[in-house]
Amino acid sequence: MPASRDRRGQAWFALALLLPAAVVVFGVVLYPALRALYISFFDVDSPMPGAYPFVGIGNYRDVFTDPQVWSAAGHTVYFTLVSTAAELVFGMLLALLMNAPLRARWLLRAIVIVPWALPTIVNGAMWNGILNSQSGVLNALLTQLHLIDHYVSWLGSPFLALNLVIVADVWKNTSLVAFFLLAGLQTIPPQLSEAARVDGAGPVRTFFSVTLPLLRPTIAIVLVLRTMEAFKVFDIIYVMTGGGPASGTQTVTFLTYLKAFSDQRYGYGSAMAYLIVIVILALSTIYLRLLRQSEMGGAT
Amino acid sequence: MSVPNEPSRRGFLGLSAAAGATLLLGSACGGGGGGSAGNGTGKIRALFMKQAGYSESDIRKMTAAFHQANPKISVDVELVAYEALHDKIVAAAPAHTYDVVLIDVIWPAEFGSKRIVTDVTSKVSGGIKSGMLPGALATAEYRGHYYGLPWILDTKYLYYNKAHLKKAGVDEGSLDTWDGVVAAAKKIKAKGIVDAPLAWSWKQVEALICDYTQLLGAYGGTFLTPDGKSAAFQTGGGLEALKFMRGTLDDGLTNKGSITWIEDDVLKTFSQGQASFMLNWTYGFAGANDPKASKVAGDVGVRRTPAGPGGKRPGVNGSMALCVSGGSQNQAAAWTYITYLTGASVQDRYATSSLPCWQASYDDPQVTKANPDVVPVAKEQLADLIARPQVPRYNEMSQVLQSQLQRCLAQGEDPAAALNAAADQAKRILA
Repeated sequence: MPASRDRRGQAWFALALLLPAAVVVFGVVLYPALRALYISFFDVDSPMPGAYPFVGIGNYRDVFTDPQVWSAAGHTVYFTLVSTAAELVFGMLLALLMNAPLRARWLLRAIVIVPWALPTIVNGAMWNGILNSQSGVLNALLTQLHLIDHYVSWLGSPFLALNLVIVADVWKNTSLVAFFLLAGLQTIPPQLSEAARVDGAGPVRTFFSVTLPLLRPTIAIVLVLRTMEAFKVFDIIYVMTGGGPASGTQTVTFLTYLKAFSDQRYGYGSAMAYLIVIVILALSTIYLRLLRQSEMGGAT
Repeated sequence: MSVPNEPSRRGFLGLSAAAGATLLLGSACGGGGGGSAGNGTGKIRALFMKQAGYSESDIRKMTAAFHQANPKISVDVELVAYEALHDKIVAAAPAHTYDVVLIDVIWPAEFGSKRIVTDVTSKVSGGIKSGMLPGALATAEYRGHYYGLPWILDTKYLYYNKAHLKKAGVDEGSLDTWDGVVAAAKKIKAKGIVDAPLAWSWKQVEALICDYTQLLGAYGGTFLTPDGKSAAFQTGGGLEALKFMRGTLDDGLTNKGSITWIEDDVLKTFSQGQASFMLNWTYGFAGANDPKASKVAGDVGVRRTPAGPGGKRPGVNGSMALCVSGGSQNQAAAWTYITYLTGASVQDRYATSSLPCWQASYDDPQVTKANPDVVPVAKEQLADLIARPQVPRYNEMSQVLQSQLQRCLAQGEDPAAALNAAADQAKRILA
């Protein structure tokens, strides 16, 4: 009995210690999340207190029938696929370079981390400056190289603008992917590559037959992690294009923001946010499964 | 090995969730509550915009002078870009973050009906009503109620580069009509003075609607049918205005960058001599004539906005008002600050940034001497303004229109098809 009481006391003591953190988590995560879910069933059109009509799943139904949402979903999927693929390819090249026995490897690694260290807002503003049709360096450079004879409005056409936002995103996030992959590369014993070389395999064959298969768990994690992040893209769009031109760079999170805060359709916005959460949850479940698999793979 | 009464992780989370749900249901739909007058002293927070109109330095100087005159009130000033202003006011409203907020002429219907700003009708004295320009006073009015006091009285003027006109042999008098402006732009382009002489604020933001409104007015269009229940921009002047915009792009007279520009970008382009014409707010004149920032200082001309085929030439009403926020706990101090900033003496002193809202100011030498070029033009233009639709869901309607206008301008969609699509989407918003 005394031992049991002692353990019970310890448990309550642990609970008391956990309480401050729990209050914070509850305040900034759980309460807003539950509240958003609650609001998503009402036609809330103001941030102020009041009695708003209950609409059941009406907001969710409206989201599915809104062509703007489908258009934004298309942009989001394109953004996610292209940016993640580009980040993986460039990240792999950078990781291989950083893993090579170069003399100034530390300097290379320091340089590569810089884009990732930049806040997204700064990155967006910087690319806006580069792409500015009148004062941007890209137009100046291409004109001086005689590659264009008229200044181009880079962010003035919807599809081009979407791709250039992807370029800005890739420039920033490739560093992160590269460091993930570098960590993966460093776990591969060099003897394997040496053995392949002794067997007559060239560097390309060694990469595809030895390095790449061993990197698969890392690649899988990076892919899912970046996919989730890319799916939630918001800030770079806000800074670079504001969703334009012709709504051509509107993504689902950006549209959610517009609906909720600009249009003050909080119920609709909350429903959209919850649908995004479901997609992200699905992706994160895959991510956690892959993580577990790679951990198990590492243990065996 | 569980111990009886030990709070398991699952139990703990369950308990938290239950507590959350209880609180949630208890709190109904929103925090906050009504404001209160306060004792007229203490600390207040004010939200302004960092774009056009008064500069940040102007606002801080005005506030410093207010502190000297009212030592018992302390004001914290915060500035955001115009594009973030609406959403910041909305997001901060339930938490009563700000006591004073600057609102655009298009928001009183939305903010007033949702009690985000306070109804100050009883405080707007006869002196204010008779002393202010009628167009200015309407800035914060919705359905006979006043929700603030006008502070920035503005519309878009036509600015032009006199040196470019001279080189091209264009008479300034020909700029009284849009046809004349287009003819002048063609001459300037043909002579190779500027590749694309027209610069506009056609980014997918409210600025695009301001430019479009001014052109819609010139072509004799209206946004809504007389009963206010349906869109009317898809026919007549509204359609002609969009055709005009698209035509200048197709002819290479409008700089294609315009599709990504707001007023500050247009001013920079004009100030670098890369455009011969721009539509811009009052601050554009001082900005383009600032030798530190402009290559065309001294060559800047300003006129009323050009007329369309019917001779109409209204300027878009781009005024803004200072309001007491609905949840302010110190409304008396907030109102003291607002009446100080909107007073004639302060407005007259900063007339180069934004023209005063007071009728008498336009005969005050302090104002007329500070803006000898702008004041005579403004006197005529401010008497002829066109408003964007005063509807509670204005932002939604504006976004629909912005998107469709850009589909025409940036994607080559037929003007009638784009506006019909916008009118179709507007049905739900106006219903």
